[in-house]
Amino acid sequence: MTTRVLLLVGTRKGAFIAESDGTRATWTLRGPFCEGWPVHDISVDPASGAFLAAAGSPWYGPAIWRSDDLGATWTHSSVGLTYGDGGPAIPTAWNVTAAHGSVFAGVEPAGLFRSDDGGATWSHVVGLTDHPSRPEWQPGNGGLILHSIVPHATDPRRMWVGISAVGTFETRDGGRTWETRNRGVRADFVPGPAPEFGQCVHKLVAAAGEPETLYQQNHCGVYRSADGGATWDEITAGLPSEFGFPMVAHPRDPATAWVIPLNAADHGRYMPDAAAAVWRTRDRGASWERLAAGLPQEHAYLGVLREAMAVDRLEPVGVFFGTSNGELWASADAGASWSMAASDLPDIWSVEALVIEG
Amino acid sequence: MATVVLPRSLVALFPGAERRCVVPGATVAEVIAALEERLPGMADRLLVTGPAIREHLNVFVDGERAGLATPVGPDAVVHVIPAVSGG
Repeated sequence: MTTRVLLLVGTRKGAFIAESDGTRATWTLRGPFCEGWPVHDISVDPASGAFLAAAGSPWYGPAIWRSDDLGATWTHSSVGLTYGDGGPAIPTAWNVTAAHGSVFAGVEPAGLFRSDDGGATWSHVVGLTDHPSRPEWQPGNGGLILHSIVPHATDPRRMWVGISAVGTFETRDGGRTWETRNRGVRADFVPGPAPEFGQCVHKLVAAAGEPETLYQQNHCGVYRSADGGATWDEITAGLPSEFGFPMVAHPRDPATAWVIPLNAADHGRYMPDAAAAVWRTRDRGASWERLAAGLPQEHAYLGVLREAMAVDRLEPVGVFFGTSNGELWASADAGASWSMAASDLPDIWSVEALVIEG
Repeated sequence: MATVVLPRSLVALFPGAERRCVVPGATVAEVIAALEERLPGMADRLLVTGPAIREHLNVFVDGERAGLATPVGPDAVVHVIPAVSGG
């Protein structure tokens, strides 16, 4: 049996695919795909195996791209990806996630769309936009964007979404109604006690095998929830910075997750001391370890954005991240050591990992 | 029938589309509707809600900058040209 590992890389100038075998030691690169459109996110539909890319062209607007042949050819659609003639224009899609037979897209300005035909046509999940807090949503530095979509592992009626500078929401009725899920999360950029919403979630992920365990990297720290987001416990202690964008969870161990801390929001947003590192917890955030073997430790002014880190499903698990200056880094040992998989790409905005056995 | 000239980057999004095509329509809006009928999804690429022509696209009718209501004569040439933007 052969093992193929594919890294699906979204960049400011198209999608790329890096491929290796199970050793994840050497990589070949192909692309750009999606006609060079800026691609914010690429994911894999677990049911069909289709690649789905959330994108937006400065000239031609938003679309979800789809490939059914491992990236060789792509089609696109934005039919229904609109707030209507009375609503705001959508410049781009930020996230695409398939689950339970549907595909969901998060867009700017923040909203959620659903497709029940594999991405050919879309409908607005009005219930989220109708949330009473909507008139008070304010954009963060990256815009008013819905960037995280976390379907419940087993219950298709439940889902969490993350919106920058607005926070986390959950639906338990298939998107008809939504509730805020920000209790315990700081919002230091507004005075007074933390509000019900307005927290700046940067990335929201679910733990494996424990549907109620969530993690988030926030503008103001890293958090874990054991109750489906009803309450959050801060787990920032031990990290060199509370600020960062990406976070990924282990595919099998709910206690293990990785983050990439960056200097504070107003101090450059590159890796602390310009020394590249990924940080891992193996005890649900009680402690963190710095993983840097093979990564540049001098003058490494690297930034990593919210979708630009991924894990595969092999053992040991592979961890991958892409940088704002177009470097793609790979670890075949859960982050213990690193090598560069590709360089000189356009600014990397997203990384997804796929293992194909056959 | 108007002759429409589309940019390469737009044609590339629609398998089988050609740079030049002839479609009916007495206004730019009608020409885009005819393009949509021939190439489903084209209107989404050209228009934002409103509807209005996308901010970074320019449409010209016989060399003159045009809007959706601009008349299109029977022998008109309609150019769709991406604006100079990006980086």
